[in-house]
Order: sequence, then structure tokens, then C-alpha cells
Amino acid sequence: MSPHRQRLQITAATPDPALLDLPWHIPLEEWPAETLAALPRGISRHIVRFARLSGRVIAIKEIGETVAYREYELLRQLRRLDVPSVEPVGVITGRRSPEGEPLEAVLITQHLQFSLPYRSLFSQSLRPDTATRLIDALAVLLVRLHLAGFYWGDVSLSNTLFRRDAETFAAYLVDAETGDLHERLTDGQREYDLEVARVNIIGELMDLQAGEFLEEDVDAVAIGNALAERYRELWRALTEVESFGYGERWRVQARIDRLNDLGFDVGELDITSDLDGTSVRIQPKVVESGHHSRRLMRLTGLDVGENQARRLLNDLDEYRAATDRQAEDESFVAHDWLTEVFEPAVRSIPRELRGKLEPAQIFHELLDHRWYLSQQQHRDVPLNEVAKSYVKHILPSRPDEQSILGIQPGDLRDQTDTFPAIDDDQLIG
Amino acid sequence: MATVTFDHATRVYPGTERPAVDALNLHIEDGEFLVLVGPSGCGKSTSLRMLAGLEDVNAGRILIGDRDVTDVQPKDRDIAMVFQNYALYPHMTVADNMGFALKIAGTPKAEIRQRVEEAAKILDLTEYLDRKPKALSGGQRQRVAMGRAIVRQPQVFLMDEPLSNLDAKLRVQTRTQIASLQRRLGVTTVYVTHDQTEALTMGDRIAVLKDGLLQQVGTPREMYDTPANVFVAGFIGSPAMNIGTFPVLDGYANLGRSRVPLSREVLGQLTEDDKNHITLGFRPESVDVVPAGTPDAVPVIVNIVEELGSDAFVYGSLTNEFGGAAQVHSGAGDAQVIVRVDPRQVPGKGETVAIKIRPGEQHLFHAGSGERLA
Repeated sequence: MSPHRQRLQITAATPDPALLDLPWHIPLEEWPAETLAALPRGISRHIVRFARLSGRVIAIKEIGETVAYREYELLRQLRRLDVPSVEPVGVITGRRSPEGEPLEAVLITQHLQFSLPYRSLFSQSLRPDTATRLIDALAVLLVRLHLAGFYWGDVSLSNTLFRRDAETFAAYLVDAETGDLHERLTDGQREYDLEVARVNIIGELMDLQAGEFLEEDVDAVAIGNALAERYRELWRALTEVESFGYGERWRVQARIDRLNDLGFDVGELDITSDLDGTSVRIQPKVVESGHHSRRLMRLTGLDVGENQARRLLNDLDEYRAATDRQAEDESFVAHDWLTEVFEPAVRSIPRELRGKLEPAQIFHELLDHRWYLSQQQHRDVPLNEVAKSYVKHILPSRPDEQSILGIQPGDLRDQTDTFPAIDDDQLIG
Repeated sequence: MATVTFDHATRVYPGTERPAVDALNLHIEDGEFLVLVGPSGCGKSTSLRMLAGLEDVNAGRILIGDRDVTDVQPKDRDIAMVFQNYALYPHMTVADNMGFALKIAGTPKAEIRQRVEEAAKILDLTEYLDRKPKALSGGQRQRVAMGRAIVRQPQVFLMDEPLSNLDAKLRVQTRTQIASLQRRLGVTTVYVTHDQTEALTMGDRIAVLKDGLLQQVGTPREMYDTPANVFVAGFIGSPAMNIGTFPVLDGYANLGRSRVPLSREVLGQLTEDDKNHITLGFRPESVDVVPAGTPDAVPVIVNIVEELGSDAFVYGSLTNEFGGAAQVHSGAGDAQVIVRVDPRQVPGKGETVAIKIRPGEQHLFHAGSGERLA
């Protein structure tokens, strides 16, 4: 089967031999449907396809050789900087058709499980706050990228994937082709990224409106502008210099608490006082996102989204209060919460329904459902009862989000006229 | 439309000592197509990004027309970065794809339509305006993307290696398209590439940079015929110029057994720094193949003959008779020369041919500084 004239060159950190079994001698556009995984695709200037590989799903993009290596390297660096981005798998060059015609190099990335492209989130039944939550997520991502010195060059919803993170979303960078890593970004670079983001987002929303996937009366321009505003607020909160009188030193801790609330840890805070000691200036120098997820990871070993972690930590706090163990070491209580509360709840989900949502997201929804049932029944409904009701009434109607597979055949084409809509009204049971 | 002026513009990256762009002085005329070219790390992209407002200018200033834009935000500079993002929106018509940025800016509908129609005419897209991108060919889609920049009617177009993503065939096609489109629009354009062929074929003028320093600015012809220094001589032209450094003796450059006479004027310009040596270059087409034994001819052993139909190039090694063999370099490597020969009289591999540089077609440079000798 394998073509003779190909001399494939595979560059990958941990090469998977199964990569060799994919039909590299065929242009990506003509790959047989049985190799492909039907996933909704964003708008791309390149040919992009999803394929199954050793039980996972990979995204394959045909792209020039030098650009492919460059993007692969950039994505690796972004992972090292702990910026939410897709995981690069490798670059394959030296492809040839059986006739000896050279084919474009490909960049392979790991498909992000449970991620959702914006086109499947924006639908006719778009709730106004879904748009806001997506924009918030993108603003956080852009701030994090900029803090790390990454200039994106092509910020757009198409180049971003979203994952549910409790009641919010977390955004991941999927396309670094136009990006650059710098020691520090200039204001010009940040402003340009913001302007590109604004124009692209508005364009993408107008496109959805033109295709009648989004209602006409949604104000695309306002949503695009909201990104810039949200970004600026967050950037200021994270980097602004704050001055106050020497007697108001409590404001140092207040600033740190505020940043923690936003989900950031302060790695380094610059504190200077003037010569006569009457006023103090503080400016965060190193901020790191993931305040709550790191804390949860330390306590329980669970690796979840920032807002999922916030939710889980709240539940842990409640558990601690309810069991009257405030005086005990937090990590012991956390261990018990994990084995007595979290794990039984997640395990109570039948195996066949586990591909619907991530475990932490399911737990978050269980907590929501518990609130709903308790309100309805005017009593504290225990979690095992909640889980039964949730599995029976809510979860079965939710779409499978692990990797949106088995969609309409139309989705295999590039110009996706149809894509899976996820009804957002089902979010809260 | 506008001129662009770099006035001692300098960019020093934080934590580095040597400027990435060092006191660049460059004046680009209204409507001109200027290409910034040089090897990677020469400062060409940094220069472009300084003009775009993406890089801080640490010293000097940048003007668009008479306006000092050194501290102006990118979006307020009235420039367009072309090809940065050219994914087309599948559900919008071609007209909407071209005009949506104007809609965002609040331009009146009638004016948007008028500007889109004008751009479509220039781009040969008029009949497709109401269709969806799906119905277009690859080339047409690319023109729609260009249309997006054109309708904004910016003062300056900026293009940073816009063809690097394309395959070789489409690259040549798009190259011609961009160049002819720019001439029709007459919009001042600054174009960055590492490819000297692209520079020669597209630019009204070319600016060659190396290590953050401007080496030379001129028309493609000037750059080819009178390179200002050894670097430009070796960089511009394909196959590259053959260049070597040789001792000067009795008014001749001594190329081993053969000699090239030097004018009194040239000899008078040599400095102590040159240590009685001269750097001499000759292009592959500036030699004649002569009968063996011709006085002052240089013997070359043929390694490869590259036949291109209209041309043939010999890639050859210099023999021991050629004293300074190791001093010579060319596109083929050290101690190698590239020579154009008559495609109808091609020597065989392994043969030795005698060549002679045509009088007056050599390029002479200071051995010390590398600068051109008049």
C-alpha cells in the first residue's frame, strides 16, 4: 500500500509509529472519509483535517515546510511557557504522490479533548451571555499570551478553541503561524493584536449572521469592542502601578487578593517607597494565572480548569465546614473530600455517558443541579440523589463533547454549511 | 498617497547591545514599490514593523508624508498590512468580504459599495461580487483578500514575506500579480523578502540590509551593475557573482598565473588597509571561454553543467595553477566558480576549460573595507 517514492521525514518529540500508517501520499483534501474524524472546523486559509490515531484525534494542517517547522517550534515554546495552546505532535515533510509529485508539508497537533470551536457555540439560540463569556475567555488568553511575550498577529475566534470551565469558558490558542515570541511586547504590538482581534471577531460574527447561524440583531461590532475593553481592564489590573500613602500598606495585600480573585498568582511584586517615606508604589512584575487550579492540584492532584477549580475548592470548603474540621490540616481534609465526595459522584456517571463532559465539568453541573433540586424541594438534597436525577434527566440530552464526532456528513467538507449546534439553554438543568 | 521617511531610525531590543536596525536613513517616494531585502537577522522585518508601529523606535523618527508617526498607534497610521490574515468568510458575498472592515468603521453604505466596485474592477472581480468565496478559484480568492486592503485606501501597503506560504508555482504567479497591481494602484508599498530574485523582479528600488545596517539602495539595475560593496555584490544576482581577493603586483591583480590589469585610477585609490590586495568579482556571464593556452586565461575543471535551455552554467573548480584558488568563492562554494557558457557548446564533466574575464566587466573592491573602487 505504501508509496515507494516517498521519503518521509518525521520530526516529533515522541513519534508515534502509527503516524506512518496515514495516507501521506494523498493530498489532505482527498483523504478518504474513513481516515477522518468528523469535527467542526473553523475558517482556515489552509487545508485542515482531523484524523484518528492510536485512539486519539489529531489535527493535520498542510502548510509550507519552513512555516510548519516554525509553528511547531513556537507551539512547543508556548507549552513550556504554560500558555493554553494546542499540543504540537510533529512535522512531516518529504511527502510525494505515487506519481512522484511533491506534496505540502504538514503540521500535526493533538486535538484538544472536550474543546469546542466557536462556530458550534454560537448558534441561533445564542444567549447574550455566551458571547460575553467567550469574549472574556479570549481576553484572558490574549493577556496571558502578551504577558508571556507572544505577539499573535492573527487573533480570531477561528484560531481559538474553547473549553467549558465551570460556568465560564477557557480559551486555547490553536494557530501560531503568524506569531512571534519576544522578550517583552511593545505597546504597538499589543494594540495591533487587539485591533486585529476586534476586526476578525466582528467579521466572523457577521459571517455567522450572513449564514443565518446567528440572529441579525446581535450587535457584532459591540461584541468585538467588548474584547478590547475586557482586555484593557485585565491588563491594567495585572500590570498597573498603584501609589498610596505609607499608612495604607494594607493595600499591598488587597492588590494580591484582587489578583488572586482574577485567578492570578503574584510571583514578584515591585514595592518602592519615596525618599521621605510618605508614599509607596507597587507594581506586579510577574503574574501567573491558574491560582485556583494550582491550589486544587496541590491539595488533590486534580488537574482542571481555573474556574472548575474555584468551584471544586468552594465545595471542599463547604465540606470542611459541614464536617467541622476547620482546625485540621487542609490536605488531609482534601484527601477525604476527594475519596468521599468527588470520586463517588463522578463514578456514579454510567460509562457510556462519560464522553459528554469532562469529570470536573460534570461535578460542576452536579453542584448546579443540587442547588436546583434543593431549591425545588426545600431541603438539602444529598449528592448521590442529585447524581441519580442528573444522570436520568440532564446528561443524556447533552451532546457528546469529548470530541464532537459522528456529525452530519456535510461537515466533512471544508465550507461547513452545517455544524453541530450545542444548545446552550441546556447548560443549567 | 504618501512618501515614507526613515530618519536615523534605530531599534535596540531590550537586553541587547547591537541595534537590530542602526540609524536607518531611507526615503521612499510617493507611489514607489520599495523592497527591503537581506539575509535573516539583517533588520528588514524589524524596519517594516517599526514603520507599522509594532516595534518601538529607540532613536530617530519615521514619517509618513510630512507626519511624524514615531509615536502613533498602528491603527492610526493609515497603513495596511497585506496578507496577514486572508481567510475568507464562507457565508459572506465577495463584496461583503471586501467591504466589511469599512462597515465596522461606520463608512456609509453607498460609499462602501462604490469603493468595493472600484477595487473589484482593478482586481477583475466585478462579475463575482455577489457570489460566495466557495465559487472562486484559488487565485481569485487571493485577489479578494487583496481587495480587503485596497478598499481601505491606506497611504502605504506593508508586506512581510507575503509569498513564503505559497508553493513555487503560485509564488511566481502571485509575484507578478502583486507587482502589476501595485503599479495600477500607485500606492506606496514597502515589501520585505529574503529572496533577491523576488526583490529584483518586483521592486522599483531595492534596499539591501545586513546586520541592521543599510548597505545600498538603488534600482535593480544599479544594484546588479554597480554593487556598492562586496556583500551586495555577492547577495544580488543568481547565480551569485564569483568573488576573490588577490595580491596586486606591478599594476595587475594576480590571479595565479593569469593577471588582470588595473587602471592607474584604481591603483591610486588603494589604501594601507588593503595591504596591497584587491577584491575582484565577475559575474557568470562576464567571461568568455577561450582556447587553451590563451595568455592570462584561467583554467577551470568542469564539475557540473546546469543546462537551462536558453543558458548553460558550468560549476567548476579552480586548478592549482590558479594561485588564489582558496580565496575565491561563489554561489557554488569556496574555490569554485560559476561560468555561463554557450548552451550549444557545452563542455563535458571533468574537462578543463580556459576562461577570461571580459575587459571592463570586473567589479573591484577594497580588500580591507570591501567598499567598491570607482
